[in-house]
Amino acid sequence: MSEGTLYDTVWDAHRVTTLPNGQDQLFVGLHLIHEVTSPQAFSMLNERGMEVARPDLTLGTVDHIVPTDDRSRPYADDAAEEMMQALEANAEDAGIDLLDPTTGNQGIVHVVGPEQGLTQPGKTIVCGDSHTATHGAFGALAFGIGTSQIRDVLATGTIAMDKKAVRKVEVTGELGVAVTAKDVILEIIRRLGTDGGVGYVYEYAGEAIEALDMAGRMSLCNMSIEGGARAGYVNPDETTYEWLKTTEYFTENPDEFDRLRPYWESIRSNADAEYDDVITIDGGELEPVVTWGTTPEQGVGITEPIPKPTALQEDKQARARDAQTHIGVEPGETMEGYAVDVAFLGSCTNARLPDIRRAARVVEGKHVHEDVRALVVPGSQRVSAAAEAEGLRDVFVNAGFEWREPGCSMCLAMNDDQLVGDEVCASSSNRNFVGRQGSSSGRTVLMNPSMVAGAAITGEVTDVRDLSTDDDTVGSQPGVSA
Amino acid sequence: MSDSVAVPSVTDVSGTGLPLRGNDIDTDQIIPARFLKVVTFDGLGQFAFFDQRYDEKDNPTDHPMNQPQYENATVLVVNSNFGCGSSREHAPQALMRWGIDAIIGESFAEIFAGNCLSLGIPTVTASAEAIVALQDWVEAHPTGDISVDIEEETISYGESTAIDATVDEGQRKALVEGIWDTTALMQSNQQAIETTASELPYIGGGKS
Repeated sequence: MSEGTLYDTVWDAHRVTTLPNGQDQLFVGLHLIHEVTSPQAFSMLNERGMEVARPDLTLGTVDHIVPTDDRSRPYADDAAEEMMQALEANAEDAGIDLLDPTTGNQGIVHVVGPEQGLTQPGKTIVCGDSHTATHGAFGALAFGIGTSQIRDVLATGTIAMDKKAVRKVEVTGELGVAVTAKDVILEIIRRLGTDGGVGYVYEYAGEAIEALDMAGRMSLCNMSIEGGARAGYVNPDETTYEWLKTTEYFTENPDEFDRLRPYWESIRSNADAEYDDVITIDGGELEPVVTWGTTPEQGVGITEPIPKPTALQEDKQARARDAQTHIGVEPGETMEGYAVDVAFLGSCTNARLPDIRRAARVVEGKHVHEDVRALVVPGSQRVSAAAEAEGLRDVFVNAGFEWREPGCSMCLAMNDDQLVGDEVCASSSNRNFVGRQGSSSGRTVLMNPSMVAGAAITGEVTDVRDLSTDDDTVGSQPGVSA
Repeated sequence: MSDSVAVPSVTDVSGTGLPLRGNDIDTDQIIPARFLKVVTFDGLGQFAFFDQRYDEKDNPTDHPMNQPQYENATVLVVNSNFGCGSSREHAPQALMRWGIDAIIGESFAEIFAGNCLSLGIPTVTASAEAIVALQDWVEAHPTGDISVDIEEETISYGESTAIDATVDEGQRKALVEGIWDTTALMQSNQQAIETTASELPYIGGGKS
């Protein structure tokens, strides 16, 4: 078993006891809730006559079902309105802060936690959403949980968990132009498979990871779950502290920053930490990765040929054949030139300010292809406001993109933002499952935000390196969201 | 505060099988997101695998869950990485409400397996070959009983076929001893919870 890793240290610090069933009971430092997976948990709590144990460590937002266009209340969709009202009532009854759209702080749960400065190194963070792994970017242990577990956390402020093994995923070298954290994680999943991480937590390390800004680290950790890992994290460092320092939580309590910093530094994995597995990837070799199939592991470099199913592991061949039929691609071809109908720039994976900046560089001065419907759905109201202040909204709107209000939107299509029929979507989101974007015959091609922008402009999957000669530096953006 | 929730032990499950072939069946397939727009889990059973059970004109397909010989099945037999993707508990809730009491597969995504345990549904694993053989057998014997013994970690079916199965140690203990409802278990440790919290720098340290 691992020893001396951040995972071990933070786990031990939060371990209340070992339960009779063999699981460890962990104290939860931050519980994030949203409208889709929490109402049933509050009902279960009420049925048992229990109260919320730690409303002070709980934060709510609304993201999954909120409309991204007309947000006047009541919402046009009765079901969405009912879920919103349930969350409002539950939050009020329990005394939980709710970042609703009237606050200017609403957004996707995995964007707002870090923005608020509440996502911190060495915390345990849980949320009824599999992409909670995102918060590991700060050196937190962050786990997606189900609704019965939400009940556990609401009732006790703790969670029962099994300890996993730790795999160090080391990415060496320097990423090339237009190669981002999204490409790194798609490559990791391609190599290890969507079930390669089962039984593990991933520690991301190496020069290429250390060089990532916080938004990049969040994109990376976000998709740990697509690789089957229970969580993913990056050890906190100066990049992490710079972000935290400029959040309101710490600008209003500067002493708190100084007080907590030694704790953050103390939890970093030791130099001689022991891992259950280590894999190394040369980051310098990577190019932008896009998916050709219906699972995130079915990815390929933009200039590489789509594999023949028979060239894959035997147990993956049938799935690959079905996927190639569904998507309508042939082995031997590249994904370049594959026509798209929709371009979606959004989701908890890639809707932060640097993502929007990168995409804006590609879009500036160009126009969306006439056959493409293109959407920017910023990750939060703060991201949206910051992007607008920089003139990025104008860049997109002038190019023919729709600029929407924040939410999960077309990533999972719980609101009206959906594919129609067999439309193809160039998407900065995280899942290309059949039906994921709202149409059972719809097709999703996952890629990084600048690649989405490129596809929007040309109307087909495009190697964005051929479109833009700018370097990839977009600056760090601690503090004001992103 | 009440801790009087009765938690039954689950030592064995038996019933007829439902074979569902394919690796990496994700929770978006098990319950598409549009059916998550509800504030209760009641009634989700009818939407399990909806997009595979009905075509775009809402006509039923030949999906196993639409076939009359499987309509009373309680033991789902799947392949590898079943339940990957979204953490939505709506997925096992929908399967449970459709009638599933136990799932046998080559492997399961971890959040899904945890959600099943919260509902008292065992997720039992066996070798890829054993799973395929069992799926073949269920197709040939849709009215035949499968017995899953959680405590002994065996699956038996037909005249005399018994295969070795694996139940995660924590899950096995929780199901067999009837301690899979963790709310009550954890709530009884109030003092230890407070002690742990008070020692965390970001909770206790400086503010107390």
